Amino acid sequence: MSTFIVAGLLLVLLGLAYQLGWSKSRALSTPQGVRVHSRGQYHGALVALWTLVPAVLVLGVWAFFSPGVTHWYTVSQIPADVLASLDQVGLNQQMQRIRDLASGFGVTGELRTFEEAAGQNLARFQLLSFLIMLAAAAGLGVLGLTFARRRINPRLRARNEVERAISWGLIACSAVAILTTMGIVASLVTEAFRFFTYINPLDFFFGTVWAPKFSSTGAGDAGQYGLLPLLTGTLMISAIAMLVAVPVGLMTAIYLNQYAHANLRKVVKPIIEILAGIPTIVYGFFALVTVGPFLRDFGNTIGLSISATSALTAGLVMGVMIIPFISSLSDDILNQVPRTLRDGAYGLGATQSETIRNVLLPAALPGIVGAFLLAVSRAIGETMIVVLAAGNAPILRGNPLEPVSTITVSIVNQLTGDTDFTGPQSLVAFALGLTLFIMTLCLNIVALYIVRRFREQYE
Amino acid sequence: MDMLAGKVKMTAQTVDAAMNAAINPAANLAQLVDRPIRLTARDVTVHYGAKQALHGISIDIPDRAVTAFIGPSGCGKSTFLRCINRMNDTIEGARVGGTILLDGENIYDPDLDVVELRARVGMVFQKPNPFPKSIYDNVAYGARIHGLARNKTDLDEIVVSSLRKAGLFEEVKDRLNEPGTGLSGGQQQRLCIARAIAVGPEVILMDEPCSALDPIATAIIEELIDELRENYTIVIVTHSMQQAARVSQRTAFFHLGNLIEQGVTEDIFTNPVNKQTQDYIMGRIG
Amino acid sequence: MTDTTLSAAERRKLVRDGLARRHLNERLFRTFGIVAICLALGFVALLFTDVLRKGIPAFTQSNLHLEVTFDPELLKIDAAPVRAAGQSDADFRSARLGWERQVAMLNWNTIIEAGLRDAAPAGFEIESRQLLTISESDARHRIRQLFVNDPDLLGQTISVDLLASANTDNWIKGNINRDLGDAQQQLSAPARALIDIFEQDGTITQGFAWSLFTNVDSRSAPASAGLLGALMGTFWMMLIVIVLAVPIGVGSAIYLEEFAPKSRLTDLIEVNINNLAAVPSIVFGLLGAAVFINWFRLPLSAPLAGGLVLTLMTLPTIIIATRAALKGVSPALRQAALGMGASRTQMVFHHVLPVTFPSILTATIIGVAQAMGETAPLLLIGMNAFVASVPGTPIEQATALPVQIYLWQGNENRNFFEARTSAAILVLLGFMITLNAIAIFLRSRLEKRA
Repeated sequence: MSTFIVAGLLLVLLGLAYQLGWSKSRALSTPQGVRVHSRGQYHGALVALWTLVPAVLVLGVWAFFSPGVTHWYTVSQIPADVLASLDQVGLNQQMQRIRDLASGFGVTGELRTFEEAAGQNLARFQLLSFLIMLAAAAGLGVLGLTFARRRINPRLRARNEVERAISWGLIACSAVAILTTMGIVASLVTEAFRFFTYINPLDFFFGTVWAPKFSSTGAGDAGQYGLLPLLTGTLMISAIAMLVAVPVGLMTAIYLNQYAHANLRKVVKPIIEILAGIPTIVYGFFALVTVGPFLRDFGNTIGLSISATSALTAGLVMGVMIIPFISSLSDDILNQVPRTLRDGAYGLGATQSETIRNVLLPAALPGIVGAFLLAVSRAIGETMIVVLAAGNAPILRGNPLEPVSTITVSIVNQLTGDTDFTGPQSLVAFALGLTLFIMTLCLNIVALYIVRRFREQYE
Repeated sequence: MDMLAGKVKMTAQTVDAAMNAAINPAANLAQLVDRPIRLTARDVTVHYGAKQALHGISIDIPDRAVTAFIGPSGCGKSTFLRCINRMNDTIEGARVGGTILLDGENIYDPDLDVVELRARVGMVFQKPNPFPKSIYDNVAYGARIHGLARNKTDLDEIVVSSLRKAGLFEEVKDRLNEPGTGLSGGQQQRLCIARAIAVGPEVILMDEPCSALDPIATAIIEELIDELRENYTIVIVTHSMQQAARVSQRTAFFHLGNLIEQGVTEDIFTNPVNKQTQDYIMGRIG
Repeated sequence: MTDTTLSAAERRKLVRDGLARRHLNERLFRTFGIVAICLALGFVALLFTDVLRKGIPAFTQSNLHLEVTFDPELLKIDAAPVRAAGQSDADFRSARLGWERQVAMLNWNTIIEAGLRDAAPAGFEIESRQLLTISESDARHRIRQLFVNDPDLLGQTISVDLLASANTDNWIKGNINRDLGDAQQQLSAPARALIDIFEQDGTITQGFAWSLFTNVDSRSAPASAGLLGALMGTFWMMLIVIVLAVPIGVGSAIYLEEFAPKSRLTDLIEVNINNLAAVPSIVFGLLGAAVFINWFRLPLSAPLAGGLVLTLMTLPTIIIATRAALKGVSPALRQAALGMGASRTQMVFHHVLPVTFPSILTATIIGVAQAMGETAPLLLIGMNAFVASVPGTPIEQATALPVQIYLWQGNENRNFFEARTSAAILVLLGFMITLNAIAIFLRSRLEKRA
């Protein structure tokens, strides 16, 4: 209810301000034929800005402080002797009763003497503070309005001022991306640092056993947090994924780019790109219920013991997920190799495949390496497929047919449903996240640098 | 086919005379009397999709001489050049009609291997396009894919002699393993010529080989073309009439996809028959 | 002919000799390409047929048509309270709650049991507990709710459609091996026999599984578990993503592309954004857990926190795409606008931005589709909690469509939930394909106009 009043008030003020600014500007220009620097809209917009900013500031301050102030006032309405007799739960109940009385909803049971007065006082206080806030917002807004309107004269550079305001707004937008990175780094580093106060970083980075114990199972022993089993699992799955994705993705890109007829390309490319749009949870489910059992049965028929959830299952399906990533990046890169190079090879009598293998691919190599690195970074950061299909067995071993665990799986396991961040059990997620972030960051920076250099080479 | 083949069996002289009689009766035949015909094109058309780029081109190109194609940009001269080693095959939607005979063999014969054809008809492009490999590997590439060298010594010999013929050897002999893309524009273009020569082609097609070069580099290349004429049949597309006059013995003028006039270079420039050729040479069109 | 040792004829012979081998290589290479494409297409086909095959049966469900009697003998209950004059809100509510508690205490299963016995052939021997396994365990809540809504039903007989239990549904659809012994069967022998009878006489029929879309998640009653809560959770999150990510992303792209001075700082921002686009999604989840939940104390499991995390994830996509679109606007248009005396801001907002609008729209749709399918970061901010309600605001507990899939695939009742999960996946894929189709359509429209 009050939200609507505030929003309505703001809208009315805004419209009024714009109109007033605009009409004053018009009044200046029409009769006297004076050359006004800026057009009416800009004067209107400038006045509206001057009105809106102070009003919104007041609202923001109020929104920030009012819950605390109301809380303090409600407590102050409870007599000291009653207050002394209440514990935290009792206090909350008492305050709820007062609030219910104030809102007119009423309470069950007997009314205590102070409660009725307190309810009335609170209702009055709420109304008053709301009205004061409203008046302050409106007053400051009107003040801003009059000030801005008084400033209007033919030489006022209203357009420039409005544009400056716009560009500040745009700068604020750009800051979000930077703040995000800073937020990621800050939160990962601080929480990981807290983790390292429990666990020696050397034991984390070079430990070979991953066996976190949950705090409920016994205080004191926090368990072991060795990264290596997770790291090998991650790398094994990524390697399998790349073994699937690189040949298939690259050959697909080459065929579509160099051999396929335009019509075939038009049909096949979007179909393969569908693979890129499928959510990873779907791949995970597919791996778990279809690919895993198939591999196990297949292993049985050829006398090989393959677990249904294993590095192989997760890696295969992840490879499929990465195919469109490799193929569309490679396609872009092949397109950037100048046609004259291909012509040069054809002109010497090279066959198409010779041209591709000897000229096109070497020329595109840096770009393809960049794409490859980006794909690796994506593979090691992928979560849902491995959560469902890798088997969650954080044991250091080299057999891809057995279940493994990865960094991302352990992050999910350690942090899901637990956000108090008190012990190493949950804080380790941030140490793992930091490791993952640094790994992918290095890959990304190198890859993006290579790709950028490659583009510049042929621009 | 038989009829065409028969035509090729005619002496070069008669063909040349017949052509010149039809188009330019005043041509000075003496200059080209001893040159047999290497390439014969009859009624060649090219379509890109629905658009027709060439309208029935017929021309004879003599051996060991330089033939220049001139004309305003977009006139089809490069398109026709690319028909001669079937480079148009690599463009999607391009269709070529008519016949082109190389030593009496139809190069558009479905049984003909385009790879083999291109080994015989080399090409140098407008923009120097060395492969991103070393200078040595650039020149050796053609010989390698075609299996022309039995061993490393053979290959070295082919590379060195090709570079020498392209007049580049002295400049690059100490850095054969450096990337070809590190050379200057003119050197790159000579590298591309060396690369084409290394395959041992019989015909060399040059598509505005100097358009991306400065005047000094252009002069060097022109000199080189003049030397290569001793051993190769050269067809050069150029937008510069001066260049055509300097390096070619025969000239063909293209306009809007048609071959307007062809003949001995001197005659075309001094005494053009066709009004459009006149206009072009006088600088009124193009 | 030349000074090399080979003559032209020798050379031609050498070239010819190599041709067969080279053409074989060419064909092999080409075949590799075709094989790769077939593999890629095969994966698409396999994935879709697999999900469709598993999911489509879940769109139909077994319904139980029963005549139930609100028998006063079985339902011993006072009349519902009526609001007295002068009674406060709180007092009436407490009286009403007291009555509802009484209603809830009644054993509503007796009503359903009676209805099932009536439907069964006369003299059919079956225990009560076995009989009740035929209907879904939450059927009693439905009957109760009917009564709470209309207390006048007492003594009346009405016909209702109830959901058959998950086991019943599986039995009818043939997902359970009928040859297994009693020990391995979820349903008792009489129950199985009665289900077959019911199916014959039309007491149980198959209908479209509306409950999938109109119900919230349920653990105790798998057959009535639905996606409504998850759909609403996803809706709130996408609303937040669109409201925040689009203006911020487009604004940021405009600043970087059109206004920012080319300096080290902007270079750094560009590298930063490109990197952000490649940061694993789970890292954004960690950010959300640490910053939004732990520092800002936003409510756990709420679409608000989820929406903010997904917004931050989607931003780089929108920024990069918008910048690419802005880069693609021809300099001629800019010069024309500036030449007419427009300021930089006017040029951007009046001329450049309208031209790029379709690309920005396309990028937004693709970004939103991506965010819609994202699961991992939501797990870290508690959105995998079991929520059996529809979130009415973005700060209520909720889950999301992909997270619901994650939760369902882990359900112990694998036999039933494998199909339900596949159906949920189909719903999710349906959204994604629709969104992407819209994006492709817009892109092709744009290309036609340009």
